[in-house]
Amino acid sequence: MSTLPSPVSTHSALRWAISDVLTMARRNLLALFRVPVSIVFMIIQPIMFVILFRYVFGGAIPIVGTSYVNYLIPGILVQTTMFGSVGTAIGLAEDLQKGLIERFRALPMARLAVLAGRTVSDLFRNVLILAIITGVGFLVGFRPTGGVVAYLQACLLMLVFAYCLSWGFAYVGLAAPNAEAAQAITFPLIFPLAFASAIFVLVSSMPGWLRPFANNQPVSQTADAVRGLMLGQPHGQSTWIALAWAIGAVCVLAPLAVNKYRKVA
Amino acid sequence: MPEFAVEAHDIVRVFAKGEVRALDGVSLEVPAGQVFGLLGPNGSGKTTMVRILSTILSPTSGSATVAGFDIVKQPNQVRRHIGLAGQNSTVDENLTGFENIRMVGLLNHLNKDFVEAKANQLLDDFNLSDAAHRTIKTYSGGMRRRLDLAAALVASPPILFLDEPTTGLDPQSRQDLWGIIEHLVEGGTTVLLTTQYLDEADRLAKQLVVLDHGKIIAQGTSAELKKQMGATVLALSFTSSDDALRAQPLLASLSATPANLDGTVLEMTVDNGPAVTADALRRIDAAGITLSGLALREPSLDDVFINLTGHKAEDVDAPVPTGRPGRRPRKANA
Repeated sequence: MSTLPSPVSTHSALRWAISDVLTMARRNLLALFRVPVSIVFMIIQPIMFVILFRYVFGGAIPIVGTSYVNYLIPGILVQTTMFGSVGTAIGLAEDLQKGLIERFRALPMARLAVLAGRTVSDLFRNVLILAIITGVGFLVGFRPTGGVVAYLQACLLMLVFAYCLSWGFAYVGLAAPNAEAAQAITFPLIFPLAFASAIFVLVSSMPGWLRPFANNQPVSQTADAVRGLMLGQPHGQSTWIALAWAIGAVCVLAPLAVNKYRKVA
Repeated sequence: MPEFAVEAHDIVRVFAKGEVRALDGVSLEVPAGQVFGLLGPNGSGKTTMVRILSTILSPTSGSATVAGFDIVKQPNQVRRHIGLAGQNSTVDENLTGFENIRMVGLLNHLNKDFVEAKANQLLDDFNLSDAAHRTIKTYSGGMRRRLDLAAALVASPPILFLDEPTTGLDPQSRQDLWGIIEHLVEGGTTVLLTTQYLDEADRLAKQLVVLDHGKIIAQGTSAELKKQMGATVLALSFTSSDDALRAQPLLASLSATPANLDGTVLEMTVDNGPAVTADALRRIDAAGITLSGLALREPSLDDVFINLTGHKAEDVDAPVPTGRPGRRPRKANA
C-alpha cells in the first residue's frame, strides 16, 4: 500500500456544510455537461418561443413605446429562467427514484446539502441559459438601451426569482412518484403564471376579469422590472415587488421542501 | 470498539400505516471482525434492517447501536463508522468511477488530496483502473458492484453493510466479490451481509440469522443450523409424481420433520442414514413403487430454510416492499 496524504481535515461544521453543497452541485453539473444534448433540450424551447412570437404572432401584437422584439425578449428571458427552475423537480425526482438520495443519508454529510446542491446547480444552469438566450435575442434584433449595469441587475433579479421558485419545484420533485410525473405536475403550475402575464402581451389587452391577476402576479412584476431595467424605461416599484414576491415565496416554499425531504428520504 | 460492532434490541418497523410489519422484534449481536449473515427470502425484512442500522430509516420501536453509537440519537457518529453497498447500487451513472469515489470521500469530509489518492488506490485494488475515467453507464453489473463497494470503503469504515452484494451477478463476479469481502474481513472489518443465497451465507458468514416475515426464525453458525436438521438428507427420485405422492405417507414415520416433495423427488432429513434408507426401500418395494434414483447427502442451508419456513428461499414472491409501500418502486439494478 502506498502512503496516502492525511485523511483528516479540520473544518468547522458550517464550512463542511458549504463544502457538501458544492460537492453536490458539482456532481449535478458534471452530469449536465456530460450529456450535452440535455443543454440543447433546455434552450430549444425558448428559441422556438422567440421565433414564434418574433416572426409569427409578433406582428399582430400592438405594443406602446418600443418595438415588439424589445418588449418580447426580456419576457422570454423571465419565462426561460422560470422554466429552467423546473429542472429542480426533475433532478430531485430522479435521484429519489434511483435510490441515490437514500444512500446519501447514510453518509455523514450535511443533511440539506442534497436540496441546496440541486438548487445551486440549477442556478448555474440558469446563468448559462440566460447567456445563450440573450445571444439569441440579439440575433433577432433585440436592442436593450438601459446600459450594462441595469442589464446585469435585471439578470440578477431573474436569477433570484428562479432560485426562489426552485425551492417550490424541489417540493414537487420530492412529492412526485417519478421524474415524468414531476414534469407533468409542474406544467399546470407554471402555465397560468407564464401566459396570463405581461411576458408576451400588454396586460391592458386582456379581458377585465383577468387583468387584476395578470397585473399583480409575480411573473408579470418580474417581467415589468426586467423590461424596465433592460430598456431603461420607468418601471415603478416593480423591482421591489418582484423581489418581495421571490423572498416571500422562498420563505414559504423552502420550509415545505425541507419538511418533505425529511419525510421522504 | 465495543464488544459487538452492531447490537440491536427488539427492532420493529411498520409500514403503510401499520398494515405491514416489515420487522417484528428483531434483535442481533454482531461480533466485531467477522462476517455476520442476515439470510432470508425477498420481503423477509433484511433490507429494512440494513436501512435502519445505517440510519436511513428510523425504527418504529426498539433500539440499536452501531460502533457503540445510538442509531437514533447519534446518527452522524454512526455514519462516520459505516460503509454501505449492495444491490441498489449507489453509484451515479453520469459520473466516472473516479468521480463517484471522490464524491463519497468528500461527503465523508475527508481531505481532498487524500480522497483522490485513495480513489486511485481503490480503483487499482478493485481492478477498475482502466475504467476509472469512464462513466458508470459503460460499466458491467460486476464492475458497478465493485465500484459501489470501493466507494463505500473510501473512508475505511470499520463496519460495512452489504445488502445483497451479489444479487444478479454472474458466477465469476460473485466469486470475485466474495474474495474481496474475505480480504476485508482479514483486515479487521466487520461485515453485516444480507443475502438470499444460502451458498453465499454458508461460504462467508461465521454467524447467521435467518429472517422470515420480519422475524428471526433461527440463528447460529451454519454448522449449528445444519445440525438442527438431523445428520443426513435422503433424496428419493420416482418415475412419476404420482408415485412420489403415494410414497410420501408410507415414509412419514421415518423422519421427525415433514418430507419435502418437489415434483418427482422426495427429500427427508433422517438421523441414521443407512438404516433409514434400507427401511425406506423395503416400504417402497412392498407398495410396488419403482425408484429411479436415490441419494444420501449432507444437508445444505437450503434444506435448513425449507425445514424452518416450510417454503423454499427462492420461490417466494415479495409481498412486503423494501421501501415506501405502494409509492415508488425502486429500480432493480442488474
